Amino acid sequence: MKRILAITTLSACLALPAMAQDIPIAVVGPMTGGEASFGAQMKAGAEMAVADINAAGGISVGGTKMKLKLTVGDDACDPKQAVAVATKLAGEKVKFVAGHFCSGSSIPSSKVYAEEGIVQISPASTNPKLTDERAGPNVFRVCGRDDQQGGVAGKYLAEKFSGKKIAVIHDKSAYGQGLADETRKALNAAGAKEVVYEGYTKGEKDYTALVTKLKQAAVDVLYVGGYHTEAGLIARQMRDQGMNTILVSGDALVTQEYWQITGKAGEGTLMTFSPDPRKNDANKALVERFRAAKIEPEGYVLYTYAAIQTWKQAVEKAAATDAKKVIEQLNALEFDTVLGKFKFDKKGDPTLPPYVFYEWKDGKYTQL
Amino acid sequence: MEYFVQQLINGVTLGSIYGLIAIGYTMVYGIIGMINFAHGDVFMVGSFTALLLFLLIGLTAASPLIVIVLAIVGVLIVAMALTAVWGWTIERLAYRPLRGSFRLAPLITAIGMSIVLSNMVQIAQGARVKNLPPDIKDRLSGGFQVMESNGFAAVVSYRQLIIVGVTIALMALFTWIITSTPLGRAQRACEQDRTMAALTGVDVDRTISLTFVIGAALAAVAGVMFLVYYGAIDFYIGFVAGIKAFTAAVLGGIGSLPGAMLGGLLIGLIEVFWAGYVGSEYKDVAAFSLLAIVLIFRPEGLLGRPEIEKV
Repeated sequence: MKRILAITTLSACLALPAMAQDIPIAVVGPMTGGEASFGAQMKAGAEMAVADINAAGGISVGGTKMKLKLTVGDDACDPKQAVAVATKLAGEKVKFVAGHFCSGSSIPSSKVYAEEGIVQISPASTNPKLTDERAGPNVFRVCGRDDQQGGVAGKYLAEKFSGKKIAVIHDKSAYGQGLADETRKALNAAGAKEVVYEGYTKGEKDYTALVTKLKQAAVDVLYVGGYHTEAGLIARQMRDQGMNTILVSGDALVTQEYWQITGKAGEGTLMTFSPDPRKNDANKALVERFRAAKIEPEGYVLYTYAAIQTWKQAVEKAAATDAKKVIEQLNALEFDTVLGKFKFDKKGDPTLPPYVFYEWKDGKYTQL
Repeated sequence: MEYFVQQLINGVTLGSIYGLIAIGYTMVYGIIGMINFAHGDVFMVGSFTALLLFLLIGLTAASPLIVIVLAIVGVLIVAMALTAVWGWTIERLAYRPLRGSFRLAPLITAIGMSIVLSNMVQIAQGARVKNLPPDIKDRLSGGFQVMESNGFAAVVSYRQLIIVGVTIALMALFTWIITSTPLGRAQRACEQDRTMAALTGVDVDRTISLTFVIGAALAAVAGVMFLVYYGAIDFYIGFVAGIKAFTAAVLGGIGSLPGAMLGGLLIGLIEVFWAGYVGSEYKDVAAFSLLAIVLIFRPEGLLGRPEIEKV
């Protein structure tokens, strides 16, 4: 008798999660490695978004409220690991992936998601190839593109520093080189020519030889297509060698960790990023809640939050979690998110305001 | 010319760090004929120990110079001591029980030890890049001009000076230990023939333990220097630095102390000059190609003695 009771209880327990029908979704980014601070940003944004949706009862899919279950994936910004994580998530039947961070990870894994019919919205991967050579109709992003970003940067460099010696270097990654090449293209189109164009290896600590080379070329402005760890080390090693060169880079510097690496050497560093969504009055309460949880919603925190909001709105309209129906809505709807109102264009890129410049000063970055 | 001098300064600094690590490889190989693959990770542990000590002391941007100097010396000594304990423990736990077994066994445990150490630090300290606080970094920066022409100034930073100075001092100290102390004599005896050394009353186990202790302490020095110089470390630095230092040891002639230093300097200089005159893309290829070429013409390395087949 006791045994029967135990079995019944057990089966009831087993049945319970199935009855609740949580929708599995995932956020994937570099939770470890040099870019881990961005992984932490994405995780924070995703967790807050899921908590907010679940606190409001969940997503209403065709009348029934369903809660979200978030999985956190770590790709360490390594393309191989990214594909492995994507395959694993497909095995777990996730319906939606907010990710990845590095373009070099997002692009190969988007092929897996396309094959498996999983909706992917990248909050941060800016390489044009992600949507230009789109793996399938399931691939979207809520951030800008490097041809926009590089265009803004190259034009600015040519105007602001006309007559100065400009160098362009990159870390040979999909993101870094892509951005550096776009910037260089815009720079050349505006009539300026760089004095040095070179690649460096990501993950090293010693860039003194490269820095000396830049010093020899008497570079006034250095454009870095790369991530914050290496950019920070280069900035610091430039100051060590007595250079006053201004470092200019892209959206991979929007983390407080940059200043941790550079210290005072980071003073005056310029970078491009989208207009800060924290400044938007509509997000005031949300930003306060992040800060109460001891998280500064900088960089890509709110972008990840917005990616999940976007998907939620599409699912609710489609009244299904089925990828095909959700994609139809993603292409049709106008979304109202923490990033503001936007639509997706034919490629899956958002119609968001253009890139602007920020400057690092006294350990903080502010919009110019 | 200034450009050359500046690159030379860069290369010598980098080479000094490689050389300090390479000594650990070469001493252990000399005495028991095994490659201690965990040595690069011992370097990393030393570096993390130093970081924690710096955070504990809590220097600020306003700390007077004497405090800074004392802090560096203090951190250096404590990190050396603590890392030496690691070196001793590793030898005691992973290598000594296998001393009598077949040659590959300690090699495998060495790789195992390397994985254990790096994963331990990854779990304990996180997989992110760890930084010296910006205040301390700013306080440690600074330098002076060596020569200048046409607006190009070759600059030496104080940190580079410290690294090269400490390396030279330690090299002198350890050369003296090996050539003129009872411990050095025992080490050389064990290197030539362990059984015979034991028969003449040398405590072989103790000598080997001390070799590991010295190697680990030197790795810790390299770790402290690395941290002070670059200001950023992660649990993975041991792997890359270990490979480079191992290459340096082989290049210089494994088993030879001056060889390790020479090899370290050469690897550092080649990397820097390749990056400076050709391009930073393929500098590792250049360094490893040189190793391959040297090994073809001098299999024993630059300063190594050819191995004599014992019959």
